This record gives sequence, structure tokens and C-alpha cells, in this order.
Amino acid sequence: MAKSIDVTDLDIYYGDFKAVEDVNVTIPAKQVTAFIGPSGCGKSTFLRALNRMHEVIPGAYVDGKVLVDGQDLYAVEVDPVAVRRQVGMVFQRPNPFPTMSIYENVIAGMRLNNTKMKKSEADDVVESALRAANLWVEVNERLARPGSGLSGGQQQRLCIARAIAVQPQVLLMDEPCSALDPISTSAIEDLIHELKANYTIVIVTHNMQQAARVSDDTAFFNLSGTGKPGRLIEFGETRKIFSNPDEKATEDYISGRFG
Amino acid sequence: MTPPTQTLEQRPGADGPRGSGPLNTQDQALHTRTLPRFAPLGLLAVATAVSVGISLALGWNRAAMVVVAAILYLVAINLVSRSVENGRRATDRTVTGLVTIAFLIALLPLTTLLYTVLSNGLGALSGEFFSASMRNIIGEGGGIYHAIWGTLIVTGLATLMSVPIGVFSAIYLVEYGKGALARWITFLVDVMTGIPSIVAGLFAYALFVLFLGPGVRSGFGGAVALSVLMVPVVVRATEEMLKLVPNELREASYALGVPRWRTIVKVVLRTASAGIATGVTLAVARVIGETAPLLVIAGSTDSVNFNPFDGRMATLPVFTFYAYSEPGVPAEFSVERAWGAALVLILIVLVLNLIARLISRAYSPKTGR
Repeated sequence: MAKSIDVTDLDIYYGDFKAVEDVNVTIPAKQVTAFIGPSGCGKSTFLRALNRMHEVIPGAYVDGKVLVDGQDLYAVEVDPVAVRRQVGMVFQRPNPFPTMSIYENVIAGMRLNNTKMKKSEADDVVESALRAANLWVEVNERLARPGSGLSGGQQQRLCIARAIAVQPQVLLMDEPCSALDPISTSAIEDLIHELKANYTIVIVTHNMQQAARVSDDTAFFNLSGTGKPGRLIEFGETRKIFSNPDEKATEDYISGRFG
Repeated sequence: MTPPTQTLEQRPGADGPRGSGPLNTQDQALHTRTLPRFAPLGLLAVATAVSVGISLALGWNRAAMVVVAAILYLVAINLVSRSVENGRRATDRTVTGLVTIAFLIALLPLTTLLYTVLSNGLGALSGEFFSASMRNIIGEGGGIYHAIWGTLIVTGLATLMSVPIGVFSAIYLVEYGKGALARWITFLVDVMTGIPSIVAGLFAYALFVLFLGPGVRSGFGGAVALSVLMVPVVVRATEEMLKLVPNELREASYALGVPRWRTIVKVVLRTASAGIATGVTLAVARVIGETAPLLVIAGSTDSVNFNPFDGRMATLPVFTFYAYSEPGVPAEFSVERAWGAALVLILIVLVLNLIARLISRAYSPKTGR
């Protein structure tokens, strides 16, 4: 059920400001694709354009095509809400709903949409999502406790469980480990490896080692100067990008000779 | 104020750091001499004693005595701390004293008011007081049954009208409002906050005269007047609470494929509900004691009237006002009823606040493991 993403000629704007320019890329299904690049180069903006979260910001819009399974996400008749049900997202900072318990957080996608489900069904969804997120063993004794009482790493895995409980086809992760310690990071990286079997995963990271560890493909974004739009410089297999990139800018950035 | 200064200054400076050696210089830098714990209280006692002495000698009254004691204390603590400790500590202690005094001054009218109302009003409370109206009562007896119901009905109707208007306006301002319209609404809400209550009453009266002719009186009119006062308070409170909801929660909800309106209802309002409940209660407390607008449009009566759309309706503030300003003969019973009604009004506000606390506790975001 995982789908690939084809992006053609995508420009992304914040009002008059062009943030990302002319992206053409195909993100393969059931693989982990990492976006790397310096701050402000448009990685996160591009990621948010993949499930139409970008346009939540007032004045923001895109121009171009994003095809998931052959359907253009930005076609006129497409409902952004339906898009987001298929393309889930995990954010930089863990953001469990503070008014909900751990259990309610996991099935928030259904509860908030008033999807009718039996108690036993809901229990199954919660258990499988929490197991998939490697959190079940830690929290199964206290599902009724508030989600905000967990540690940062647990909260982030709770957010991942919440995202996969609605069974999306693509999972976008915006620096999911940047607020976490190495042990939690390692737990989430292991999780990304497991999730890859069922989901297309796109991850933004500032951590080059992490990109090298978890991803199959890597996209390097860069911008030519402040106020200029970010561009996709190079996209390819992670092994190649990290050992023998085609572009000099990529090599400079990866080897730390940037700027 | 001089004796403690001297004794404290006579403490040898070397009793702090023990021994000598390379660490000693650092110890000196980190440790400063500190006044003993009891110093502020002791100084306060001295200042009070001096002030009492001066006042007795010069025949000042008690208020002057308190003021002199406070000033003496502030000056003394500043000088003592400056000479024993250092300038920063002295400022700290002086400002602590100032803040505490300001707090006590703020508390003074509140406690006096509560004491006065309790001592004058408690005697009026009785079974009859709560269960009888003033119909056919002259002199002793009677009660505020009609006024309690009037206040509950009028305020309840005002709340029913104001909360939806206020909450929806706030949602518009925070979640949708952009540009000129939102700026105008914000501006008008600010202006409405400052409307004098008598004007709100006259507005409601003028409005109902248009439809029902001159001389109209009704509880519903009173509710309209109160909601004019209440809406801006609810809008402001709700707006602040909605702004406090982190954007990340909205995004988390959108990312799960939840439509915007469900996000607003189930995530934003739900997360802010405790604060909104508190804001609404404060708004109710703000209008429940309003007298002027109700005097104009709801009027006053001695009888029970459950129908807000027909005829005069007594309310606690208006009842209190008339019972005190036109007590009749003999006056003492009516005046006692006025105090009793005022006490009941305060109790109702107290209960409302308690209810808001409970709601707030039940709905506030959960923490803990």
C-alpha cells in the first residue's frame, strides 16, 4: 500500500517570497529518503508541501505537481484533508494532545474524525500502533495516563504511533530526533528501519550520520544565498551521495567544508 | 532603628569563612554577610513600637500609626541591610517590603467589605428570607425569593446569549480573522469593554421601546443589557485562551487528516476549555452585581415573576438598592434585608467561582505520569 511520490517543477512560496525553486524528484515507495542541507534551504518547506501542510501557513502556496500514485495532490478537486489522511506527518517537537490519555492520543486520528469503531477494534488499533512504534512494552500498563507525562523520546514515539494508527501510505518526518537524546534517537532509527517495510518514509535531518544510517536515498538541498530560493542540488542513493557525489557543493557540505 | 544596626555591625567579619589558604579569597568573594532570619520581623517590631510611641505622644490616630510604622520599617531595613549586607540586598529587602505593603493595602478593602457584609447580613438569613417574596410585606418578615430567581433568570439568559456570541467571535478572531474586518471587531470589542453599564441599560430600554412601546419593563430586556456588558469580556477572555493553544497541536491534528472545524472544536476549544470556563465565570461575576441597567429596564417588584418576557422582575442588586434607599417605616427591617441580599449576592458569586474551579480542574490539560 505504500506509494511513490513524483514531484515535477515544484516552486514553493510564502506570499511573495519564493522559498523553494524547481524541484524535480521521484521518491521511491517502501524506502527511506533523507533530506539534508543547511538551515533555511527549504527541506522542511518541501516536506510540508508533500502533504499540503504548507498551505496551513497564511499566504503560503505552491506551483507545480506532486503525484502520489499518479494522483496530483494539488489538483483543483483534491481535498487537502484527504491528502493528509494518506500522507502522515511527525513533527520536530513531540506534540501529543495534552488533554488526551496515551490511549486517546494513539486513536486521535479516528476519534477526532468521529470514526465509529468498537472498543475491541480500537484496542487492537492502539496495541498494533504502539507495538509498531516500539512503545507498547513501556506504556501498556498505563494507557489511561496522560500522554504528556511520558519522556521526550516516548512522546515522539507516541506521535509516530498516532501517525501510523490512521494507516497512511507515506510518513513524513521533520527532524524527528532533533529534540531527543542518543538512546531515544537510536530507538526511533530502529523504528524507521522496521516501518520501511510498510511505508514510504521521508525524513528531514540535520544529522549527517543519521541520514547515512537510516536512509536508502538522500536528497541534498542548498541555497545560493540569503533571500534566494532553496534548490534540490542532488538526489541519489545514500551510499553514492556520501561517498562519491556528483556535485561539488554536496561533497563540501557532507565533508564539513561548507560555507 | 540604631540599636540592631550596631549589634549586627559588631559581629566580627571573620566569623564567616573558616581557616585560611588559597580557597579563602574565593570564599570571601562568594560569601557576603547576611542579616539573621529574624531581622526583618525584629525591625518591624521596633518600627511599630517607635511608631506607637510617637503616635501616643502626639495623639495621632491608628491609621497614621500604621503608615508611620510602615515608612519607618522600610527606611530601617534599607539602612541596616545596606550597612551589613550590600546595596543589592538592601534594594531587594526594601522592594520586598514595599510589595508586601501593597498587597496588604489591596487586601484591606476586600476583607473590610466581607466583614461588614457578613456582620450586617448574617442576621437577616433565615428560612423565610430565602422562601418568601416581599408581596404584602410591610415592616418585619418577607424575603428575597423573588429577587434570587430574578437574578438567576436574568443573568442566566444573559450568559446564554453572550457565551455563544463571545466564543464564536473569539474563534473568528483567532482562527479565521485576517485584515480589516478582524481589526474592526477587535477595536469595537475594546470600545464595548468601556461602555458604562447605565448606557447598556438605556440601550436595551430604547431597543424594547421600539417594539413594545414606552414604559416597557422585562427581565429579558435586563438580560439583553447585561449581555451587552458581558460579550466583550467573554470575547477577550476566550481570545486570550485560544491564542495560548500551541500551533503545534493544530498542525498535529491537520496532519492526521482532521478537518479544520473539527480541529477547532475538538482540539483547540477542548484544550482551552478550562480557561474559557474561567473567563465566562468572571464575566458572569462581572455582570451579576450590575444595578443601573436593571434599574432602567428590568425594574423592581415585590412579587415573584418567573416570566422574563412579561413585566417587571426583581433582582438582588436592585432589591438591595431599593431596600436601602427607600426602606419605609420602620426602616431597620428593610435595611437588614438589604444587607442580607448583598450577602446572598456575594455567596452566589463565590459558588460560581467554585464551580469554575471545578470545571477548570476537570478539563485542564492533564499532567503527571
